[in-house]
Amino acid sequence: MPGGDGRKIGTEALRYAVLAVFVVLLAFPFYWMLVATFKQNIDLYNVENNPFKFNLPPTLDHLKLLFNETRYVRWLGNTALVGVLVVFITLAFSLPAAYALARLTGRWGQRIGIAIFLTYLIPPTLLFIPLSRIVATLGLQDTIWSLVLVYPSFTIPFSVWLLMGFFKSIPRELEDAAMVDGLTRFGAFFRLVVPISISGILTVVIFTFTLVTQEFVYALTFISPESQQMVGVGIPIFLVRGDVYFWGSLMAACLITSLPIALLYNLFLDRFIAGFTVGAIK
Amino acid sequence: MAVDDRKVGVFMFLPAAAYIGLLIGAPLLLAVLYAFSDARIGTLGFHFVGLENFRSILQSPSFRAALRNSVVFTVSAQIIVIVASSILSIALEPAFHGRWFVRLLILLPWVAPISLGAIGWKWILDSIYSVITWVLVWAHIFKPYGAPMWLGEPTLAMASVVLVHSWRLIPFSTVIMLAGRTSIPKEIPEAAAIDGAGFWRTEFLINIPMMMPIINVAVLFGTIFTFTDMTVVYILTAGGPFDSTQVLPSLAFATGIQGSDLAAGAAISLFLVPVLILIAYFMLRAAHLAEVA
Repeated sequence: MPGGDGRKIGTEALRYAVLAVFVVLLAFPFYWMLVATFKQNIDLYNVENNPFKFNLPPTLDHLKLLFNETRYVRWLGNTALVGVLVVFITLAFSLPAAYALARLTGRWGQRIGIAIFLTYLIPPTLLFIPLSRIVATLGLQDTIWSLVLVYPSFTIPFSVWLLMGFFKSIPRELEDAAMVDGLTRFGAFFRLVVPISISGILTVVIFTFTLVTQEFVYALTFISPESQQMVGVGIPIFLVRGDVYFWGSLMAACLITSLPIALLYNLFLDRFIAGFTVGAIK
Repeated sequence: MAVDDRKVGVFMFLPAAAYIGLLIGAPLLLAVLYAFSDARIGTLGFHFVGLENFRSILQSPSFRAALRNSVVFTVSAQIIVIVASSILSIALEPAFHGRWFVRLLILLPWVAPISLGAIGWKWILDSIYSVITWVLVWAHIFKPYGAPMWLGEPTLAMASVVLVHSWRLIPFSTVIMLAGRTSIPKEIPEAAAIDGAGFWRTEFLINIPMMMPIINVAVLFGTIFTFTDMTVVYILTAGGPFDSTQVLPSLAFATGIQGSDLAAGAAISLFLVPVLILIAYFMLRAAHLAEVA
């Protein structure tokens, strides 16, 4: 094809240009967090300085402030604790439910499955007002236990949905054979289905944990004391004193917290997307 | 055996159903009850007051602003997200060296906690030390100290909120579109190319129509995530200046939690419901079509 090569190179160049523009626009805030993390305050707060370069040598002051003089480490601990507990609760409730819907409840399984998926569409901003009173009535206000109680309400539905698809892909004959060999339905579920579903379970674990770290509305509503905060609320709300923003430490905290969560989530992203798009793609 | 299985099935399913019923179903009912009551933080009892809450919020200028802003916020963010993610998914489809790394960078806004991403933007849009302002001054578009405050003027604040939320959703939508794009059988666009269809004709007459179901999924989820979100607004502007970026969820929070008026807050958040029902309807229809196909 005459002229085809030139045209192909042009298309390729355009493609890389588009990618470059998007990468810059989408990743820039994180790059900017990195720059602020290591800049001295007198460099950071001087509008004459070129903000893209280090006009003074880099510093570790913001990191020292963050780790030694704020409750950041405590918030990380709170978040990890809530995350682990919510993961266990989510698995305990969603594994049997997903199995029941995939195998035992017949035609109703699919319909109830869709109903459960739809509950995922009910947002925290519709429920946080009544839930705040429920939490207060139970005496859980201002403690992380309020979140341990409430978070599974949105992690269980999506996990049931994901695991249901997973269990359906396991051949039924496997369990039938085991049950002929004397295992009960429960035995077949715990000793056979759960072990071979490890990768589906791992997806649910990561998904639940990242959702817990990303949640903002409930954590903001239920918990006021600084020491009880989760990272997602503690950093944006409590690293500000009055009207003074400690931008260096603030950006450091954002970056250090975001990156591991992002990497973890990224590993499993394709599975979550598959969960969202069930039905729309064969 | 079959009857036994059914009993076991109900037994295994019931705990999850109860959890969801108690922590989603019950609060949902309570939200409706509160909206017709005088419930406040600090007092446990409440009385029914009929439509009083709705009457007073419909007369409040803040509520009208929030309703209008919610529509602007949701619709404009969806348009930006769909256009941007369509372009990005085309560029991202073919394999190339370092694609995984590019994908990771592109996904950051979605996979990092949004409250932290938003605070990053708050620094970028700072009234004095904004890097955008610095670049514009450096390019002599504004005089030093002459640039506008990005989050301090109503129109710019709204634009900022819309763009930051779009920034957050573009990766999510892109990954969904990419999944749709890879599910198109390769022979179809190839056959079209042999028949002489160029890039635009292939995109608009073949790829986009074939991707319609998946674009719908992206739009439906995007609408929900935007319409019900308060994080970006709360962190960037807290609804200001003068309610110019106030949306329904942030107003419900300001009224119901910060203002202790649970009843009015619940009434405001109920205005999210019609849109949610509409979306649920479209999703069920999509699921039904997929089942038939």
